[in-house]
Amino acid sequence: MESQTSTLSTQRAEEDNQYLLVAALDNARNVSTMLKAVHFKDTATVFASPMGLKVTVEDAKCAQANAFVQEAIFHEYSIKEDQLAFKINLTVLLECLTIFGGSAGPGANTSLKMCYAGYGCPLILMLEEDGVLTDCSLKTLEPDEVLDFDFCSDNVVNKIIMKSECLKEVFNELDTTSEVLQILMSPDQPFLQFSTFGNAGSTHSSFPKDSEMVESFECTQTQTNRYKISLLKPSVKALALSTRISIRTDSRGFLSLQYMIRTEDGQICFVEYFCAPDEEVER
Amino acid sequence: MKFRGKITDIGYIQHFTNVVGTIAKLVKSCILRITEDKVFFILSERVGDTGAQVWCELSQSHFFNEYAMEGVSEEANEIYLEVSPDLLLRSLRTANTAKWLKIKLTKKHTPCLTFEIDLPSGTLHQRLVVHDVPVTVVARKHWPDFAEPVMPKFDVSIALPQLRLLKSVVDKMKNLSNYVALSANCNGEMKLSVETDMVAVNTHFQGLHNPSWCRDGGDGGLSSQSGDLDRDPQEFATSRVHIRRFAQFLNSQQVNPDKVVCNIVHHRMAHFFLMHDDVTLQYFLPVVSR
Repeated sequence: MESQTSTLSTQRAEEDNQYLLVAALDNARNVSTMLKAVHFKDTATVFASPMGLKVTVEDAKCAQANAFVQEAIFHEYSIKEDQLAFKINLTVLLECLTIFGGSAGPGANTSLKMCYAGYGCPLILMLEEDGVLTDCSLKTLEPDEVLDFDFCSDNVVNKIIMKSECLKEVFNELDTTSEVLQILMSPDQPFLQFSTFGNAGSTHSSFPKDSEMVESFECTQTQTNRYKISLLKPSVKALALSTRISIRTDSRGFLSLQYMIRTEDGQICFVEYFCAPDEEVER
Repeated sequence: MKFRGKITDIGYIQHFTNVVGTIAKLVKSCILRITEDKVFFILSERVGDTGAQVWCELSQSHFFNEYAMEGVSEEANEIYLEVSPDLLLRSLRTANTAKWLKIKLTKKHTPCLTFEIDLPSGTLHQRLVVHDVPVTVVARKHWPDFAEPVMPKFDVSIALPQLRLLKSVVDKMKNLSNYVALSANCNGEMKLSVETDMVAVNTHFQGLHNPSWCRDGGDGGLSSQSGDLDRDPQEFATSRVHIRRFAQFLNSQQVNPDKVVCNIVHHRMAHFFLMHDDVTLQYFLPVVSR
């Protein structure tokens, strides 16, 4: 763990051989943006596969966020095993990724190379901006068992794809004195409705299915489910970065929110958010 | 004991305000030392805290159009006042459009520095703002506590890299650890390192300038000696310091210095030397051992 890596300049391709995973890209912000979208707990589990990286953060065994950073985001991506998993301190990882400052500036791009040598080894980051180099060695931890929400598209009852814009308002102005957020999805009036029940009264925001914000509306039955606001609130981070969102519920009332996020380089990435229902009202 | 000074150039009023602003970001309370040809801001913190020291020197003739002072006695023709730079700054802020600014040592209920600020009124009437900032006169027996810190022979002297990246790196490192190891060599390389049980981070700057210092026999520490000439240029000298204090120093800069030099005494201290044509500021950070 203590072994210090050499700097970027002396890092040669042959040295990459000792690593099971090597991933490099010119703009570290493409990765840090995705990680910020799921940064609501200190630790995250990272799964690396030939498809790319999946970063999973869980809360109270009831909610789960996954950020997918697909292989195409990286300019160089090589992995020697089908799946690698490790847990990492996400807060520290983000501090390292944004060490040269997270804000965009003209000609100020941080390039990143990420290496992992396998179980028990640290995650090595090498960052470069304007000739200044930073190397980081982050301890990796035993990966946790992550929840399997068993959310499969065959069981999806209702599905709505819409622009994120209008939902941002709904989520930013959620009445946090309400314990739950009730989501109603229905093929009939009021189609899509978000409700809270707080100290000062109830709120209801509805979207008609022919709203120009709604891009696709596939609801087969009326479903009303309640979700703990404390569990849903962290998804605001992903929502704020996204351009489109897909809201799905399955026959058990489980909620899947998929956020489409466009990186600075115009590529599309996804963040997925699962939440278990608080209580069943009626089907 | 008498002191009065007058600045009539708005550029210098603003410049003086910026210098006081820099000091205010570094310290809550400091010593204002007034001599015949210079004005100093001095902080020497007790070793029990962090032991940081600030020594800021302004040439009076550069700032003041009129300047008169009379010290405690003829052989000790100096004045030492304990002031709050934050209060001075608040008074000076009103002067950012002033026609002239007068600073006087006065005796109201307590000793005060009185700021008289003549603001443009647009009419024939004068618009005068007066601030009285209470100060404490420091007795002569305590003067030796505020002597210029002696700069020990340093191992490496290096110009700090561009502040934008450096500030950002130090601000991020601040969230990871309380201490940062500053290392530099005579080959223009500088390294910042933090290490915790979670993470080790090293940032490398290269192609920096190693200034050479010459002995001019002047007034003490500013004219330091050159680094050890026999030193291996690749060999790093390291000082581990409080990262918050270092970040505070970097973020305090309001005067756009021509150059900021960092001198490192291996395992003893980091010394920062800020040069401007009429202001010099030295900041001493002692090392923190593991």
